[in-house]
Amino acid sequence: MIQIQKYVQAESLEQAYQLNQKRSARILGGMLWLRLSRGSVGTAIDLCRLGLDTIEETQDAFILGAMATLRQLERHPGLNAYTHGAAARAVQDIVGVQFRNMATVGGSVWGRFGFSDVLTFLLSLDTAVELYHGGRVPLEEFARRKPDADILTRIHIRKTPGRFAYQALRVQRTDLPALTCALSQIEGETRAVIGARPGRALVIRDAPGILRDGITEESARAFGAYVARQTPTGSNLRGSAAYRSHLAEILTRRCALEAGGQNV
Amino acid sequence: MMEIQLTLNGKPLTAQIEPDLLLLDFLRSHGCFSVKRGCDTSNCGLCTVLMDGKPILSCSLLAARAAGHAIQTLEGLQEEAADFVGFIADQGADQCGFCNPGFVMNTLALLREIPEPTDDQIRGFLAGNLCRCSGYEGQLRGIRNYLESRRKGGENHGA
Ligand SMILES: Cc1cc2nc3c(=O)[nH]c(=O)nc-3n(C[C@H](O)[C@H](O)[C@H](O)COP(=O)(O)OP(=O)(O)OC[C@H]3O[C@@H](n4cnc5c(N)ncnc54)[C@H](O)[C@@H]3O)c2cc1C
Ligand code: FES
Repeated sequence: MIQIQKYVQAESLEQAYQLNQKRSARILGGMLWLRLSRGSVGTAIDLCRLGLDTIEETQDAFILGAMATLRQLERHPGLNAYTHGAAARAVQDIVGVQFRNMATVGGSVWGRFGFSDVLTFLLSLDTAVELYHGGRVPLEEFARRKPDADILTRIHIRKTPGRFAYQALRVQRTDLPALTCALSQIEGETRAVIGARPGRALVIRDAPGILRDGITEESARAFGAYVARQTPTGSNLRGSAAYRSHLAEILTRRCALEAGGQNV
Repeated sequence: MMEIQLTLNGKPLTAQIEPDLLLLDFLRSHGCFSVKRGCDTSNCGLCTVLMDGKPILSCSLLAARAAGHAIQTLEGLQEEAADFVGFIADQGADQCGFCNPGFVMNTLALLREIPEPTDDQIRGFLAGNLCRCSGYEGQLRGIRNYLESRRKGGENHGA
């Protein structure tokens, strides 16, 4: 468990940002990941008083405050209607209700964890992160960057109509996933996102146009095989590279069929 | 040291704490021994308490962040819990009993949020409460029996 010398509930983002420029400072999200690290934190900067704990729905976007919890994401009626329940499915096996009442969307995205259901899901949508200093950055670009001393304030999801699906495989419910897979079709573009490879989630677009003429058993199977070929996988305790490549194919096929309206 | 004020089981409380004191240790030092440390890695649910009515893991929350909030532990919810714990005991669902307080706290949260849960909803809501003795079926049967008895007019029951 980390040691904390000083704890501050920031009164403004500017104050939080200034405090965070010291190397020993840390922003606190839900603190679930952070607390498992070793060492000493000079100033723990809590964003809990900055009104960043809401999920707002406007005419054309969902705006997720960095301190909104995974449970809020799971239960948000608008977001789940828009994603056909994929939002809830993406997070519902993360540890437990108590955990999801604490883990934040901001901490989950900032961490850019390889195993992340949250990152996999958000990458399948039209998502941008808002950084206090860096402004708005497409999530796909943000996911590739190295962490710095900025602050993630909000996540913007554009409400472009589309079809969405989410599937993950866990050896045991509430375990870290062996593979995650999200699929979307937005404005004619099909994206599959594969995470827990075990590397960070990767977006694979349907460049050859395999699903262009519709989703059938056959085209879904072909797309699954294509995505598996494009996805580098590796081995760890939760699965071998070969197993993961197999899962990438199967979960993508299932997601495609689900997005196409079939029961899988 | 820093000062915090919060409500613990309905009573206002002011205390001096270290900035990295965890809520779990704070609660135990204030006599709430139902709150236990199991995994200490946010995985087992043993340390579950309610913060503003929502179940959270006290092993993973700074006491400093609980300032200004209402915390409830099993010590403050005995009456509400008494309704169904007998049904769990009837099933012999607990063996060593160590997981029981966290399990009871989260079941309270479940029944407040979903008064008539399905089996899947019960399993989903309690998935974050690990029990290494019994395999969960006894707890599920106990909750089912409690719901059934409530539907029938709530005759008193339990061990
Ligand atoms: C036991 C365990 C099991 C897990 N299982 C899963 C799982 O199955 N699937 C899954 O997807 N995830 C899983 N996770 C990850 C979890 O869902 C969260 O993503 C993770 O805990 C980080 O969220 P947090 O709110 O706790 O962030 P914290 O731990 O507070 O922060 C994480 C990092 O981000 C920084 N940070 C936080 N918020 C901001 C911000 N707004 N701006 C800038 N920096 C910030 C912190 O300084 C820290 O470095 C698991 C985590 C644990 C501990
Ligand atoms: S002790 Fe808190 S979750 Fe295990």
